[in-house]
This record gives sequence, C-alpha cells and structure tokens, in this order.
Amino acid sequence: MATDTGLSANIVRDPVTEQAELSINMGPQHPATHGVFRMVLTLDGERVVDVYPHIGYLHRGSERLAEGENFQQITTLFDRLDYVANFNNEWVYVRAVEKAMGVEVPERADYIRLILSELNRIASHLLFYGTYGLDTGAMNPVMIGFRDRERIQQIFEGVTGARMMHNYFRIGGVKEDLPDGFVPAVRALLDQLKVGYEEARGTLTESEIFIERTAGIGAIPPEDLLDYGVTGPLLRAGGIDYDIRKADPYSVYEELDFRVPTGQTGDCYDRYMVRMLEIEQSISIVAQALDRLPDGPVMGRVPRILRPPEGDVYVHGENPRGDLGVYLVSSGGTVQPYRLKIRGPSFCNLMALPAMIRGSYLADATVILGSMDIVLGEVDR
Amino acid sequence: MTSGDRPEDSAPSSPIEERVREIAADNAQSVEYSFDELELRVSRESIVDVCAALKSDPDLDFNYLRCLSVVDWQDELEAVYHLASLSHPHKLVVKTRAPIDDPWIPTTIGVWKGADWHEREGHDLFGLEFRGHPDLSPLILYEGFEGFPGRKSYEIPEQVTFYGD
Amino acid sequence: MSLLDLITIAIIVFVLFNGILTAVLGVIWAERKALARLQQRVGPSRTGPSGILQTAADAIKLMLKEDVRPGSVNVVIFYLAPLLIFTPIFMLWMVLPFGPDWVLSDLGIGLFYIVAILGLSVVGHVLAGWASNNKYALLGSARNAAQLISYELPLVFAVLAVGLLAQTATDRPFSLAGIVEAQGSVPYLVIMPLGFILFLVGALAETARIPFDIPHAEEEIVGGAFVEYSGIRWGVFFLTEYAGLATMAFLATILFLGGWTGPFSDQVPILQPFYLLVKMAAIILIVFWIRAPLPRLRIDQLMAFAWKLAIPASLVNLLVVATIVWVQHQNGWELWVTSVTISVVSIVLAVATGIFIQRRREQRLRQFRQRWAQ
Repeated sequence: MATDTGLSANIVRDPVTEQAELSINMGPQHPATHGVFRMVLTLDGERVVDVYPHIGYLHRGSERLAEGENFQQITTLFDRLDYVANFNNEWVYVRAVEKAMGVEVPERADYIRLILSELNRIASHLLFYGTYGLDTGAMNPVMIGFRDRERIQQIFEGVTGARMMHNYFRIGGVKEDLPDGFVPAVRALLDQLKVGYEEARGTLTESEIFIERTAGIGAIPPEDLLDYGVTGPLLRAGGIDYDIRKADPYSVYEELDFRVPTGQTGDCYDRYMVRMLEIEQSISIVAQALDRLPDGPVMGRVPRILRPPEGDVYVHGENPRGDLGVYLVSSGGTVQPYRLKIRGPSFCNLMALPAMIRGSYLADATVILGSMDIVLGEVDR
Repeated sequence: MTSGDRPEDSAPSSPIEERVREIAADNAQSVEYSFDELELRVSRESIVDVCAALKSDPDLDFNYLRCLSVVDWQDELEAVYHLASLSHPHKLVVKTRAPIDDPWIPTTIGVWKGADWHEREGHDLFGLEFRGHPDLSPLILYEGFEGFPGRKSYEIPEQVTFYGD
Repeated sequence: MSLLDLITIAIIVFVLFNGILTAVLGVIWAERKALARLQQRVGPSRTGPSGILQTAADAIKLMLKEDVRPGSVNVVIFYLAPLLIFTPIFMLWMVLPFGPDWVLSDLGIGLFYIVAILGLSVVGHVLAGWASNNKYALLGSARNAAQLISYELPLVFAVLAVGLLAQTATDRPFSLAGIVEAQGSVPYLVIMPLGFILFLVGALAETARIPFDIPHAEEEIVGGAFVEYSGIRWGVFFLTEYAGLATMAFLATILFLGGWTGPFSDQVPILQPFYLLVKMAAIILIVFWIRAPLPRLRIDQLMAFAWKLAIPASLVNLLVVATIVWVQHQNGWELWVTSVTISVVSIVLAVATGIFIQRRREQRLRQFRQRWAQ
C-alpha cells in the first residue's frame, strides 16, 4: 500500500468472486479535501472498502523553524498552524512559555485573551458550518457562515490590525490594550451573532435532507475515538465529556459559567450539533467575560530577553478542533527553544479517518471528512 | 489571578506517584517532578510493558495518549509520552531514550492506536525507528527525502529543489 | 417539398436554435442573479446592465479557450459525446409549440416523441464518462445512467396520465398543441396536482439539479462525466444542462399550466408566446429557489426515493386517471364531472402523500429535537 500512488487506473479483480475494486485518488487538489489533504480510496461500486490518507503537502517545518527563533518570535509560527483559529494557537504557546518561566499574567490580559479566543472559536465554527453545508451540497450556509465570520474578523482587525495572522498575544500579556469602543462593539456583535446563529440553525439543523445525509454516518465507538487520540467536538459528539476548559481548567474559565455540549452517537450530525451548540456557549462566555473585564495593565513583568530555565513543559488548551498541545524543551539560558513539538488536534483526529470512512458510501466520505473540520496547516505543520 | 500554571502551584506530592512507582517497579530509572507533572523514565526495552500496565491499571487508567514527541539530545534520541486519563484527573510523562547510532524504540501502537502517526512522524524527522510499527512509510516528508530534518545535525539547505523535478 | 419550403425550414431552425442558445444564456444569468439574491449577494453586476452580458462573456471566453484533450482518451467517442448530449435536447424543440400556429412540426404523437428523445441524452453521458478514461468521469456517468433511468419512469407515467386526460377533451390527445387545447381554461395543474408534483420531481432529477445533482456532485466526483472536458466542449455540456432545464419548464407549462392560454390570448395572438414564457419563467424560478438552501441526496437515498415513493405514486396517479376516464367512457359522463372527480381524487392523494411525508419528518425531527433539547 505504501507505494500505491492511486493515480494509475488499477482495477483489481478478485479471481474467485469476480468482484472488481476501483482505486480512486482524492486530493491534494480536490474541492472537498479542505486544503491539500489527500486520500486514496478503494471502491467497490459506490462503497468505500479502504482509505489510505496522505498528508505532508503543507509541511513547512514549523517545529524546526522554531528552534531558530526567539521565544517572542515563535507566536507568528503558531498563527500559521490552525489558520482559522489563530488566537487559540497563540494562547497555548504563550501559556507554555509563561509556565516555563513562571510569568504572572495581569488579569485584564487574561480576559482579553479569553474574549478573543472565544470569538475566534465562534468564527472557526461558523466557517465549519459554511463549508459543511457545501460538503453536503447546500449553497446557502456558506454565505450565512461567512457573513457572520466576517463581522468577527472586523473586530479582530480593529484590535490587532490584522484579519488573520494577528501576532497579538505576548509572553506575559498582550501587545497593547483594546481599542476604544471595543466592549460595546462586541456586545453589538454578539446580538448580531445570535440572530445569525438562529438563521444558521434554521437552514441546516432541521433540514430533512441534511439529517438524512449526516445522521448515522461516520460513527465509531467512543473507546476507539479515545484510543486514536481524537479530541474536541468529535470526541464530545461521541458522548465523552472531555473539554480541557473544564477537565484541566486554565486562565479564568473556572470562574465562568458554561456548559459542554455532548452528543450520543458520534455521527456526523452530532458533530455538527456539538459545534453549533458550542457557538451558543461561546457567545455566553464572551458576554460573561465582557461583564467581568477588569481594568489594569495588559502586560506583566517580563524580562526583556526571555531565557526560560532548563526543563520541559507541556501545555495544552481547548482549540476549536480539539486539544492543542505544545511540548517545549528549553536547554536553559538560551533565547531559543531546544525543541518544540506541536500536537495538532487535526493531526490526531485524522488518524481515525480510515476507521470512520470504511464501509460507507463514496458520497459519505466527503461528508465525514468535512465533519472532522481539519485544517491542513495544523496537520502538516 | 493568573493562568494557574505557575510551578509553585503544583503540589509536589501527586496521589498517583506511589502507584506509578509500583507499576513501573524495577523498570523505573527515575520518578521525579517537572513543574506540575510527574515524570517517569524507563529503559526502551520495557516501554511497551510499562505503557500497557499504565493503561490497563484501573487506578491510573491512562487511556489517552496526549502527545508523543521525539527530542534529539545529540548523542541520544528521547521519546516523550504525555499521558492523561479521562476517568481520573491524572497526568504523567513517560520518557525513554535510544542511542543515536542505534535509534530504535519499540512501538506502542498496540497500546494506543493514536501513537501511529506520531511514531511515523518521529521516524520521518528524526530517524527513530519504532520497531514493530506496521507501516513506517514517509508521512510528512516525500518519498526519497534524504536525511532527518528534525535532528540538530541536519543542516537546512539554502534552497531545496523538489524531488523528481 | 419544394426548395422554398426547405429554405424556410432552415431559416426557422436557425432562428430557433440561436434563440434557444440566447435564452439559455439568459437562464444562466437569471439563475446567478436569483441565487445571489437568495444568498444576500449581488451576483453578476459589471458586464452590461445588471451584469446581463456576463454569461455571454463567459460563453465567448469558453469558445476562445484552448480545447485540451488528455492523451489517454478514446478520441472519436470523446469528441462525439458532447454532440450526443447536445442534439437530443434541441430535437425536442422541433415539436414544442409556442402558440397554436407557432410550432415547427405539430406531431400527432408529440408526447411519445418527447419521451423517446428525452432518454437519448443518457447515451451521451455514458459515452463521455467512458471515453474520458477518468475514474471520476466513469463514476459520474454511471450515476447519471442510473438516475436518468430511474426518474424516467415517474416522469413518463405523469406525462402519460396527461395524455389520457386530454383524450377526454380532444381527438389529438398526444399532440402538444392538442393537450393545450384540451386544457381550455382549467389547466391540468388544478385537475392533477399530484401529476404536476411528480413531473417536477422527475424533471429536477432528469436535469440533475439540486437536490438531485448527484451525477455532478462537485464535492465528491468533481463534476462527473465532464471532468476531462475543457473549453467550448465543456461549455456545450453546461449549455445543454440549462437548455434541458428550459425544455422541462416548457413541457411543464404545456402539460400542466395550460400552455399559451391566458386572459385575452384568443383575441390577441401575440400574447400567447408571452404567457408561455412567463409561466416557464415561474417554473424556472421555482427550480432556482429549490436549489439555494437544499443539500444533495446520496445515490442510495435518491434511488430509494424513486422506487419507493415516486414510481408507486406516479403509477397510482396513472391508474386513478385511467379508471375514471374508463368509467366516464362507460357511463358517458359530462366532461366537467370527470375533471372534478379526477381533481378531487388527485388533490386528496397529493394531500395524503404530503401528510404522510410530513408525519415521518415530524417523527424523525422530534427524536433529534428531544436529543438536543438540554
């Protein structure tokens, strides 16, 4: 299988049963692979017999690059991992360095980080909503999803000056304080998001065809999900209540009141619903955080040149796609990390893809892949 | 009011320390704390047994392999297993080392299926062979790539021409 | 046939052909504009007033584009296939009447002619998929064949029921002009709503529109049978799709909406094509409207829908019409009695089917609502 390129027209016929199998290559240029993911499907008619995923088309060597950058500079690399949830990535990284150095983060900075990250989670899930609609063949969702995501991006642009690659979180705080009028703008945004969310729900959630296409598709037992290291909405859709914001709380999540939605069957519909309900929860989290947003400095006392002591830390956080982990090894006294390993949630989620797709229809393959909501920047790093 | 990740927050006496010592028994080279996490070092020969025991023990139940990293310490390659349990609030780091001129570590794919791609990536970037892994074909790099770009000894070329060009 | 006749026919065909092509460009523009409005967008707006020339510009671009042919295709069939898809759709227009006298050839068996020609385009699709030597194309053409064959049945049964019904009021029940005359002032939509719905579903599937666009399924098989085509050859496929849509809308207008009849259509004959086009546009808009929010079905669900619901329902529809028409013949009923009887039965059937589907939907939705009401 390793040498199978999937490009040659190899139809394998079983001499006994006379059954023929068709090997079909999907990606890296394919509208439904969400980037440069590639899988080789073995088909029996419309049924998928086997899947072999190929990744690495977007490998930029982020981990090795980080070994040549200052601790402060590495935030930019994290922006480019999961490029639809930039703040969440930055946050996990800066928390890792802060943990290694024992840096105190001012409360206001912590709240700013939380608000921006939760907004980014909403933006990411809205993107999922839109592209998932496309994966099942519906056109309207993508317009609704992108409209509301654009509103969030505008807020981000006002705060950081950039729509996507923000580089806004600093070790010990954030780059600068929020712009004037941020709080009322976000409150207005939340009201708009609630309206848009209802609209979004009405378009897909109770659509007969959407339910037919997603319910009962791509489910594997919860034990298997865990065994593969699947995290995030996929794991919670399977009924396992594991959210790092609750299970291993960081920042100020413990003070906020929110719920972790879980599914029952782990099929594509549950994954979709878990994400939709997470949008609802994130809206409420942001509203609470805005109420509590304290005054004060946004940058802690941090040495000008960062030299974490010798040792290694592992810090993880709940990203829109799951458990993003950063393993940071510092050799002590250097301004660059000795080793930085990134555990991308999409990377680990993808390992379960063959088990989910095997035995389903070809049309389901793209629906299942879409329900995993992968971002290749994070898979290939 | 901070992120709660400061080292002094961590209680150095973890309830699982005794249990981990018991299970690792003679295989344990050291059990110590690194920040708030318990760290267990074992020899590479015993890694699969220790991992399987850690996973199957009902008190520990390390059913979730959070991360598997490979670190190049110039003369040795280190595999770091970050474990967590979903039924208990436990975390554990298991480390094992292999000399760089004989780089192999037994695969733990039989313990956690999720070790699969992490091990392939380690094999790709660091040349660490996870012995017994069913499919160590290149995952991240393209086929025919020379060298191990994750290692410190690998020099990043100025310009890379694409393979097969 | 004299030379003059030949020349006249040639001129009419030329005008008709180009008229259809232009109309199709208009349909494509209308779809882009309508979809855009349904999705809070503007749509094409730069080329010409309201972007109406956009599709013409696209067509010119396609014609000027390089015609790429992959090395591994079967050359003859590869080039033949677009023609085989293209021709049948335009052959249909030979018998489609724009008015009582505005028809190229008023065939006495026009209905059968249409049913026969409609099935032809599947040959072109299969050949295109096979000749492309591409697995996506092969899958697409296989899906297309399966889908067209399955949905031909409800479509044909619905059309036959119309013929049966028309037989009560005219002596030319299988000529399209005859059917329009038979409808008089009460279109068959009122008398046979079930038939109309079945025809619309069948037409959606025949033209491979969402939610039945499985043969193209861009997210799965990247366009289906046409993957390997480029330039104007691809453009021909694309135009044919929309020509098919326009044809189906035309047929629905003739068969169910009373064709060219409307207020003062008898007194002012010039109004007749106008009424026809307005009704046609309404149907096309409905199709666009269906497209905007709906996801795509899966192939097995599509087949299940055809064989478990659409075909039995169309058979029942045909049976009901046939029975009532037979009873009328036996008892010599008045025409309006027949119409009212059929109308009542058909409406009851359509409503019953609707309630049945809605019940199932509600049942299923209740499960999901309960599961997520936390």
